[in-house]
Amino acid sequence: MATQHSRSAARMMMAPAVVLLLGWMLVPLIMTLYFSFKKYLPLRGGDLGWIGFDNYVRFVSSSAFWPSVSATLIIVGGVLTITVVLGVLLALMLDQPIWGQGIVRILVIAPFFVMPTVSALVWKNMFMDPVNGLFAHLWKFFGAEPIAWLTEVPLSSIVMIVSWQWLPFATLILLTAIQSLDSEQIEAAEMDGAPIIKRFWFIVLPHLGRAITVVVLIQTIFLLSVFAEIFVTTQGAFGTKTLSYLIYQRVLESQNVGLGSAGGVYAIILANIVAIFLMRMVGKNLDA
Amino acid sequence: MGRITLEKVTKSFGNVEVIPPLDLTIEEGEFTVFVGPSGCGKSTLLRLIAGLEDVSSGAISIDDQNATELPPAKRGLAMVFQSYALYPHMSVRKNIAFPLKMIKMDQAEIDRRVEGAASVLNLTDYLDRRPGQLSGGQRQRVAIGRAIVREPSAFLFDEPLSNLDAALRVGMRLEISELHERLKTTMIYVTHDQVEAMTMADKIVVLRAGHIEQVGSPLELYHRPRNKFVAGFIGSPTMNLIEGAEAAKYGAATIGIRPEHIDISETETKWKGVVGVSEHLGSDTFLHVHETGLTEMMTVRVTGDVNLKHGDTVHLSPREDLIHKFDAQGLRVD
Repeated sequence: MATQHSRSAARMMMAPAVVLLLGWMLVPLIMTLYFSFKKYLPLRGGDLGWIGFDNYVRFVSSSAFWPSVSATLIIVGGVLTITVVLGVLLALMLDQPIWGQGIVRILVIAPFFVMPTVSALVWKNMFMDPVNGLFAHLWKFFGAEPIAWLTEVPLSSIVMIVSWQWLPFATLILLTAIQSLDSEQIEAAEMDGAPIIKRFWFIVLPHLGRAITVVVLIQTIFLLSVFAEIFVTTQGAFGTKTLSYLIYQRVLESQNVGLGSAGGVYAIILANIVAIFLMRMVGKNLDA
Repeated sequence: MGRITLEKVTKSFGNVEVIPPLDLTIEEGEFTVFVGPSGCGKSTLLRLIAGLEDVSSGAISIDDQNATELPPAKRGLAMVFQSYALYPHMSVRKNIAFPLKMIKMDQAEIDRRVEGAASVLNLTDYLDRRPGQLSGGQRQRVAIGRAIVREPSAFLFDEPLSNLDAALRVGMRLEISELHERLKTTMIYVTHDQVEAMTMADKIVVLRAGHIEQVGSPLELYHRPRNKFVAGFIGSPTMNLIEGAEAAKYGAATIGIRPEHIDISETETKWKGVVGVSEHLGSDTFLHVHETGLTEMMTVRVTGDVNLKHGDTVHLSPREDLIHKFDAQGLRVD
């Protein structure tokens, strides 16, 4: 009986947290769904009644929709690739006994503490500015024509900025994973005649599988909703309009809450599609 | 093949000299055991032979070829690690095939050798499992399988049984000995357990602080320990070492008598004492005898039917011809 008692007591005690979290999630979701079926223009008459699926149709048929989906996927894919590849390499490097290891590690982790808005502004004005930016100076030093990063290669520039922010996270997780690798396994592979590249490919990389999965899944959650970096750099121009930025424009710039809400529902669907693909691809790594 | 020679090999980590100059020859086909207390440098010595550590000076030659500068893979040795070091994400089959795949052997030959090793080691039913799904003894066998498929000139074992429970350890000890009988390949085996050393070795190398204290067959070490350290280290329970006046009667600084070489009797004999703890093993009983006036405690091995209780007085007589004598430097005197 004691277990039954304690079980119901446990349920009672968990209830407030569960209810709070459920409300936290359900209230915005239901409000989004509610508004997505309404014609709701705050500055142009407010609530103008139910209009069925009109918002959904309009959002998808807008010429900005598919480009925004592809921009979102390019940013997510690009940043994931760069952070995972460079993260593995950096983690390997930081795992070596090097002089000033502690300081180097702190420096590598530092970008993670810079706010996205700030880092995007720094990149935009100090590095990528075609006249005064450091890159422009570097290009000129080698006699090349400076690139106007944010207008000529805007999507790559944003991928670069966001990658810079997320690289420390990936590196940190991968470094701890590398440190947990049993050194005897590497030695065994060495005795077995595996040169360094093969040791990496057959021993280290499979060992990192789970950590890479964690990095990919967590980053995807945050990268799907990248906003500040676009807002302070291109304002969504030059094909850098992601789905979340498009929703922002519909709600705040066009003052169309209903249309934006329909976009929000599409964003949920997109996130789920991405999640399904990711779990198919890397989810098996999480099984013990 | 598989003759390994070490000439004036030393190893230092920073300023700490772990292995002072050391010479050793391991003959072809020999089962050599490095034994010593922990921290005596036996594992380091093995890693030097394997090539996982570089020697600070001196030369290692394998089959009369200088191997001092060779990378581990080129030395033709295979090693079984204490943690087994299996590759957790590969099946047993892939684990065993890994060294063959690294030398780009053709697939048919790899399959043949893996199947061969698996049947020798009773692993055929487990080939498609992952190491994580195997018991300790099976993992141990996979590690051995991975070593034998390469047909190395010598096997190196680094405390391979220390992670197994007692019963399994006895079984694996036997399997490794049988493997050696069958393959006739040189084996070097590191352990801190003198029972393993005694039961398996053709030749035992007793190490202390990087020094070789004695090299010899198990029985040589048992019957004629070269010094006090070897005398105390080899044999279980350990030899009773007696110093002072009693030793002086024999013209030595220290005398040693093994527990199994002391007889007990009811009547007055040379030594007497009071029984403390008796450890009953069934076949034998180890008596801890106190208040002998010779050492703090003497261990005496008697047959299992002797019935002496705590506090009983017991008379002891050592077998005079089996007393070991050591001088002030701890060296054997004959």
